[in-house]
Amino acid sequence: MRQLFEGADPAVSGAAAPGGAIPEGPLAAIYAGTLDCVHCGLCLSSCPTYRETGRELSSPRGRVHLMRAVAEGRIEFGATLAEEAYLCLGCRACETACPSGVRFGRLLEETRAAVEHAGLRRGFARRLERFALRRVIPNRRRLRLAVDALAWLQRLRLDRAALAWLPRRLAAPLALAPRVPPRAARRPLPWRTRPVMDLAVASQSDVMRTHRASVPKPPRGRVLLFTGCVMSELFGDVHHATARVLAANGFEVVVPHSQVCCGALQAHAGDAAFARELLRINLEAFAGARADAIVVNSAGCGAALREAGDWLPGEGDALARRIRDPLELLDEVGLRPPAGSMHARACYDDPCHLVHGQRIREAPRRVLRNVPGLELVEHEDPTSCCGAAGIYNLTHPEMSDAILERKLRTLAAADPDLILSGNPGCLMQLRAGSRRLGLRAEVLHPMTVLDRAYRNQES
Amino acid sequence: MTAPAGLLAALREIVGSERCLSRREELLPWECDGLTLHGSLPSAVVLPRDTHEVARIVRACRRFDTPFVPRGAGTGLSGGAIALDGGVVIECAKLDRILAIDGANRLAVVQPGVVNAALSQAVRPHGLFYAPDPSSQMACTIGGNVAENAGGPHTLKYGTTTNHVLALELVLPDGERLRLGSATGWSPGVDLVGVVVGSEGTVGIVTEVTVRLTPLPEATETLLVLFADVVSACRAVGAVITSGLVPAAMEIVDRRTIDAVEASVYAAGLPRDAGAVLLVELDGPAEALPPQIERIRALCAVEGARVQRARDDAERERFWRARKGAFGAMGRLAPDLYVHDAVVPRSRLPEVLARVGEICDRHRLRLSNVFHAGDGNLHPNISFDRRDADELARVVAAGREILEACVAVGGVISGEHGIGTEKRDFMGLVFSADDLEAQHRLRAAFDPDGVCNPGKILPTPRFCVEANPKARGYDHVPL
Repeated sequence: MRQLFEGADPAVSGAAAPGGAIPEGPLAAIYAGTLDCVHCGLCLSSCPTYRETGRELSSPRGRVHLMRAVAEGRIEFGATLAEEAYLCLGCRACETACPSGVRFGRLLEETRAAVEHAGLRRGFARRLERFALRRVIPNRRRLRLAVDALAWLQRLRLDRAALAWLPRRLAAPLALAPRVPPRAARRPLPWRTRPVMDLAVASQSDVMRTHRASVPKPPRGRVLLFTGCVMSELFGDVHHATARVLAANGFEVVVPHSQVCCGALQAHAGDAAFARELLRINLEAFAGARADAIVVNSAGCGAALREAGDWLPGEGDALARRIRDPLELLDEVGLRPPAGSMHARACYDDPCHLVHGQRIREAPRRVLRNVPGLELVEHEDPTSCCGAAGIYNLTHPEMSDAILERKLRTLAAADPDLILSGNPGCLMQLRAGSRRLGLRAEVLHPMTVLDRAYRNQES
Repeated sequence: MTAPAGLLAALREIVGSERCLSRREELLPWECDGLTLHGSLPSAVVLPRDTHEVARIVRACRRFDTPFVPRGAGTGLSGGAIALDGGVVIECAKLDRILAIDGANRLAVVQPGVVNAALSQAVRPHGLFYAPDPSSQMACTIGGNVAENAGGPHTLKYGTTTNHVLALELVLPDGERLRLGSATGWSPGVDLVGVVVGSEGTVGIVTEVTVRLTPLPEATETLLVLFADVVSACRAVGAVITSGLVPAAMEIVDRRTIDAVEASVYAAGLPRDAGAVLLVELDGPAEALPPQIERIRALCAVEGARVQRARDDAERERFWRARKGAFGAMGRLAPDLYVHDAVVPRSRLPEVLARVGEICDRHRLRLSNVFHAGDGNLHPNISFDRRDADELARVVAAGREILEACVAVGGVISGEHGIGTEKRDFMGLVFSADDLEAQHRLRAAFDPDGVCNPGKILPTPRFCVEANPKARGYDHVPL
């Protein structure tokens, strides 16, 4: 028996002991972050990997404990922390549970960067991942080619054939890939969408009572739309829907064309340097245009951009302050409820990086409740991760599947017509999962639902 | 200390290598629980998935003469779930199924790894809840609650865990399975369920718990009473209890705690201008509550307090989340927190709190108070940094003095956190050598060889060392 942390084990490492020298390099920031944890354990039950495994080692508190032990030199920086850093989904549910304010997402990013820096992750899969994240995803032309190739595979039904004979690791991306939308949906947005000035609204509708019908609405301002990488190619329809819904709500929507991928996927994979480069390009792309906000309809991108100050203090903070989720913005300014309706029973499943990363929980629900005909039903545990977590479902298919199954069970119990989630990764994961389990629900971005309601009124 | 190779092989055969960990860097997260004052590395961690595996694991440990410790979520605050002397941690978190809910008879049968709050959530559709509600309820497990006889704010009206456990399944330290108690709540013969509840995992491993469920009250009212200081809040609590009212909970939160919580994700809009806030919850038939509120209002007015009411369920829930996140929020003040736990007669609360304040001032320590005032259950919270050896020594010294002060006025050294490793050597403050020996003999009836969570609760007695030289305690770091 000894008092905890009285000193480093000399057999393991001669590095910084507690009370001794503070670690240097990438471990220094990690060390400082771990000191926020007071070991209360309230995070445990919110953690998907702890719930699956029951292992303290695979819990937020356990991971912080390991990070600190490594930073203090009590154990070597080796495979155990490296594995845990990547077994974590980065869903940040622990941050919502943490009374002590541990910035776990930040710690995780830093730890993964240190893992890469120390060369603890190697092999073909990692090289392939880095190639895709650096060379394909952020490059519009190459990404389009890759998605075109996927579209052809799907059209010729070769993807099904490939699933049969490819090893699981390589087949997984094909199984998860959504059907590539038709070209029309992938066409870039016009650089400018004008606000709808005179919204034809049904004056007698209940939800319209607070609004004067048939009176021309003044424009409410101008917003910039962030389009990201895979969103444009695989969920271009969501961008179009977002622009139309914002226009219907009196916003002029401008799409700066020199913008690029936000860098979240790269940062989450330990490539902070590349993420910072992308951020610099985006800072420039969004600097010129005068606008009230930058609208980001992908929760993962929004969370990353909201914390741009971590990557580039100062400039990044200024950008971060302008970021808004479209549902948050509509909630803030007050939705002009559609006169059309959308008759369906819907479950709203919180994207982790919206509810935990950006702390936005009620706004989307409030907005959706204003859609005539839409019945919002709560399912159990809507704020827990679906297992998508960026490219996690490709790197850790087994854990991802177990987490997805739990999610689908709760959704199936609520038996919705629609499952709504505002993040591309979650949309792909939930679509693939419901297909596999034969759920009847359609999985949609909330902006798509709003857009359908507005369009129903036109027809 | 490493586990015998034969033991690891045997454990792996039982649970597979995925659920048996033995490398030092993997074991590190299990070296302490919610209390960072004490730590000890286990020699292995095993994660059983059913009772049968638990029994086999226990028998394997016996075969290789290795002690073992059951553990739930590790939110305990007395170092009870750490393995001393190279013991094996039997991690019960994945024994997490609710086996049966019987609404008609108001009971549930659960495995020990079921999370406290998850149980209440699961039985809510039946109009029931599980009453003991420790502050860590969103993470802590029923098994851990049984081990510590956990309380919580609502203990004041509903009692502690022991009042809500009807029956148990226990794997004895020799691997035999035993059923204790009865689902009816009436069990003839010696009350062995009562012995197991609060035994801190020293008499066996609980693998199934039949708990009593309580009907949700028809109405609930939560009051926020604002006082100038903690002492006047304590006096008001005394007055309310003396008046014969039985609130569901009476919790005092001091200024420093409010500041920490309001800076956290659990911010609930608690008033920042009060020296202390008393949270009073009343529940029962709807028409019974308004007169009670008026009486409490009058009793608190004597101390010059202002009374606010939670406007709706959402606000009430925010207040309670703030109260329950309070310990963790103290992490904003310093890297470590010593959540102390002692009970004094309610009437002595004001003087004891003043004394606790003096002790911490003298040791230059940062004290905050958030506690179950209605029960006289103090939680002086001392913020510290374990890297500062001098401060650590002062924390330990102050901890001892606080206990002595409580005992001096007729109090006891623990209310709900258990004795664990933290207070083992203070048992002499409240028990004579004969008292302790009686407890030892009872424990030895279950665990004659001292292999089940050894080194906890009881200081090593003479007879035990004489009988079994191996049963020595841990090398205690002077507290």
